[in-house]
Amino acid sequence: MSCKSKNTSAGHTPGFDPKRRSFLGTMAAVAGVTLAPGVILYAITKSPSANARAADTAVSSTVRWGMLIDLNRCDNGCDDCVSACAKENGLRGFGRPDTDAQWIRKIEITNPQTGHSKSLPMMCQHCEEPPCVDVCPTGASFKRADGIVLVDKHTCIGCRYCMMACPYKARSFIHEPLEDQKPHAPRGKGTVESCTLCVHRVDANQQPACVEACSDTGGGAMLFGDLNDPDSKIAKRVARYASQQIRADLGLNPGVRYRNL
Amino acid sequence: MHLRHTFNKVFALLLVYLAGMVIVAHAAEDIDARAGVPFPVIPMGQGDHCVEDTDTMRRNHMNMLKHQRDETTRRGIRTVQHSLKECINCHVVNGPDAVPVTVASPQHFCRSCHDYAAVSIDCFQCHASRPGSGGLPADHKISSTLPDAPGLHGVK
Repeated sequence: MSCKSKNTSAGHTPGFDPKRRSFLGTMAAVAGVTLAPGVILYAITKSPSANARAADTAVSSTVRWGMLIDLNRCDNGCDDCVSACAKENGLRGFGRPDTDAQWIRKIEITNPQTGHSKSLPMMCQHCEEPPCVDVCPTGASFKRADGIVLVDKHTCIGCRYCMMACPYKARSFIHEPLEDQKPHAPRGKGTVESCTLCVHRVDANQQPACVEACSDTGGGAMLFGDLNDPDSKIAKRVARYASQQIRADLGLNPGVRYRNL
Repeated sequence: MHLRHTFNKVFALLLVYLAGMVIVAHAAEDIDARAGVPFPVIPMGQGDHCVEDTDTMRRNHMNMLKHQRDETTRRGIRTVQHSLKECINCHVVNGPDAVPVTVASPQHFCRSCHDYAAVSIDCFQCHASRPGSGGLPADHKISSTLPDAPGLHGVK
């Protein structure tokens, strides 16, 4: 399988300007200061580390969860992250690979000029500007304050616009009735789903299952952490070493970054 | 003459009263006859009491669950007081094989009452209806790659 390089023109797609959006966001934040100074003060004084977040505290945007994947440590034949994800979230196949749920998959990319190929895990990239959220007609597709992009299946109507909008093909639609789901990963027929960054584990101060499996039995290629916390391992590593986002030209600012791509 | 008239009146009233008693007695018999109607057998939860008193739970459990679901999904609040997962953990019903029953069984806590009240809920189309980890079937198979992955929209 080879993925041809089809890099479209650099820069942002016409009609989308993240700077304008962030300007509007800043204006809203300023309004927030005048309306509710106490709230903002609290947000500023709060420690950026989410590790101490209690169960009754809402997630906050002081945290931005992200992942750094070192492809030099990611073996072609290894799919420990994929099987760990399936086990953790109770994903099962129905013998229909075209439509079976897939939250993370291994893809192989080949440079057609040199024949050099790399294997990489591909999943929801947890964009800062997620197109799936933009197109969702019911608001079911949403981004949590800490940067995790999720589907609220209570409001998902299964229209699959988000699947069309996602440039990473990260989402799946559940075609079959399911039973005996994992209590921490509710999922059912007629809704769209994708990698949740193991949100139930993250909320319990644990790492996503794929990251754990990769460090236990794989090559230790995946690193998970808070990109906003300058003291976190991931923030230090992305500051020190060059890393890439896939389709960075789209201006979506994914939270998943790759090294040695 | 006057006395006799009064007596007749009292006698008539007495007759009406007796007739009334007979009707009431018959009605009571009717109630006994309907004792075969299946009332819901609501299994007891674990522990001494529920998270709220019984009346509150009966009337408002759906509102609590709905509130909590948004708090958890959207804001990451994972308190257990009103979470569906904890309802399921506490109100677990074991089947004859000592394995917790799913909502497929009429003995399931939620179903026992919702069946009786003819309330159809869709919580368990997605949510696990019994505690535990939810096992993968033996024939579990999930492909690790997309079968055709045509270019991933030009990923380089």
